[in-house]
Amino acid sequence: MSPASGNVIRKYLPVYFVLLAIFLVEVFLSVQHFATGTLVVILLLLAACSAGLGLMYFMHLADERRELFLTLIPVTIFVLLMMNMIWSDSVRLLHMRPPVQ
Amino acid sequence: MSESDLAMHGHGALMEESPYAIPSRKLTMWLFIISDAVTFGALLFAYGFIRVSAANWVRPFEGASLINVIIMTFVLITSSLTMLGAVDAAKAGDQSKAIRFLYSTMTLGALFASLHIREWAELFGRNITLSSSLFGQTFFTITGLHLLHVISGVLALFVIARGYSRSKLTASHVETMGLYWHFVDLVWMFVVSLVYLTNIAVAH
Repeated sequence: MSPASGNVIRKYLPVYFVLLAIFLVEVFLSVQHFATGTLVVILLLLAACSAGLGLMYFMHLADERRELFLTLIPVTIFVLLMMNMIWSDSVRLLHMRPPVQ
Repeated sequence: MSESDLAMHGHGALMEESPYAIPSRKLTMWLFIISDAVTFGALLFAYGFIRVSAANWVRPFEGASLINVIIMTFVLITSSLTMLGAVDAAKAGDQSKAIRFLYSTMTLGALFASLHIREWAELFGRNITLSSSLFGQTFFTITGLHLLHVISGVLALFVIARGYSRSKLTASHVETMGLYWHFVDLVWMFVVSLVYLTNIAVAH
């Protein structure tokens, strides 16, 4: 048995607590009076932070070879570009929307 | 390479090294995760588009639902921690400990799924269904896909745990399963933020 066995839970406990803390911050923000667009952006950013932590530490991407990490970047850029297009379109639609009867 | 070299080093010497220096099983799981992330990404972007642009949107979640979602998230993040324990124990060759952690992860996954189904039942009771509104359509589609991943994961964990306990599967299988489980956890971070937390009924 490797000497590291059994310590992994202790090693990743800080990441676990940070993930829980980020989620509780999200819950707190969600009951505040933010505009929908602002709230969505804030929650997305916090979710991205959580996902980043999960990817790097729980999925051990930080320990993998750099090529694997670099392969994910084009995919991320593609997704962000697509997201940018859709978000701007939805904001435009907000202004074009006919008044509610 | 001469025949004597082949005899000495085997055919392995002719094989190219994996570009990421990881086993093919693990690489396949990473490719699956990337494609699945794009699927969830597309659904969540479509949801975001509809959520921001829709004039009248149902905000059905109140106190009890919020507590339920906090418990669900706590359970899922904790299951990631137990999965880390399973992978670590399997890599270290501690079979019984790995199996204990695998079953703990499975139990937490099943608990998450049952809490999720309870949430659905509560919404059905309030006539919020897949066909009732835009909220219902997007909510049940996205959370349904995620729930499908969790249930599949629980079943896969059971298969892996049984195979590993009978020494038919190896630590590499447990590690690959771990990647999938963490991914399910990771997707939940986005689902809970966008689909639940933006739909809490806030008193004005």
